[in-house]
Amino acid sequence: MDEEAPGAWHEIVRDVLKRHQVKLVTYVPDNVLRPLIDAVHGDSFFTAFSCAREEEAVGIVSGAWMGGLRGIVLMQTSGFATLPNAIASLAVPFQIPVLMMVSERGTLGEFNIGQSLVARTMRPVLQALAVEHHTMTRLDEVEFIVDRSITQAVATQAPCVFILSPLLTGGKVFAK
Amino acid sequence: MTFTANHPASRDQAKVMNRFDITKRMVARLKHDEAVIGGIGYTNFDLWAAGRRPQNFYMLGSMGLAVPIALGVALAQPQRKVIALEGDGSILMQVGSLATVAARKQKNLAIVIMDNGTYQITGGQLTSTELGADIVAMARGAGIAQSAWAADEAAFEELIELSLREDGPWLIGCRIDKEKPAETTERDPPRIRDQFMRGLGVKQ
Repeated sequence: MDEEAPGAWHEIVRDVLKRHQVKLVTYVPDNVLRPLIDAVHGDSFFTAFSCAREEEAVGIVSGAWMGGLRGIVLMQTSGFATLPNAIASLAVPFQIPVLMMVSERGTLGEFNIGQSLVARTMRPVLQALAVEHHTMTRLDEVEFIVDRSITQAVATQAPCVFILSPLLTGGKVFAK
Repeated sequence: MTFTANHPASRDQAKVMNRFDITKRMVARLKHDEAVIGGIGYTNFDLWAAGRRPQNFYMLGSMGLAVPIALGVALAQPQRKVIALEGDGSILMQVGSLATVAARKQKNLAIVIMDNGTYQITGGQLTSTELGADIVAMARGAGIAQSAWAADEAAFEELIELSLREDGPWLIGCRIDKEKPAETTERDPPRIRDQFMRGLGVKQ
């Protein structure tokens, strides 16, 4: 095995989650996230399942944290747009380190006007709530950002959002 | 589903009970540090009034998330029974969570719905349960086969006992009156969360 070969972004994320004992993965599916969703379903270390809504996924991860189990919520940008209430009235005031990973739609080649408009609400919401968030654009920064941010989220009892830029993932390409 | 044989077939056949009274009856039957997640509003206030158990979590906002939070606790601690205490207006906001609970076949989870057909805390506007929606039937449709209306107080206690003893998931529908809650929950989220985690043995 060539230990120098860097993995794909989803392999790096999967491995960092394992190292930090993040065993629970709740999600609303997304095409760009599919390799990560497949990776966690294919590894018995994880308990992974889809939810009807992103809010529900945040509630489950919040409850699991209080019960001693770490988790992360996976979603796309339009799903994040449904979350300000859950973040502002559950994760932040109760000091619960909900980890969230958002596949960024709406930019760098978006073909759906709804996606491009809703995407513009994401960072202003995160800034208004003073929620730690990082946009990952390069493969060589993924491990550092996810690893350090999970440590910080747990240590400071605060939620954290990882934004997967199309620069990292390739995004979703124009479909006729 | 023989257990439902002695329970009302629909919401309109269930007795209208008092929320604080049946909340006290439920809490009195919790003998093994069961976790209880109180949704927002008067459901939560009467859980607070029924006694300060460290295994109680009181939501303050995030309407509709009592069932998801309870599912998360149940996943984290499969040996502990977990009860989600939720109102009719709240569960209508997150009705998809019933399907998620059913799909998980979460054995250690019970859901208790306090249904007075109104958004009582905002002035008593009607919810759709007062206009024909039946939460127990919806839960069965979502896949929670062990869902039943409590015919009266004695039946409610029997259903709680059953849900604590046998594998779930369970959903117990309770028709309740429009009495004001006995107290108001203290709005101190970090303290609520910290005490809950200590109550669950996650923090020492």
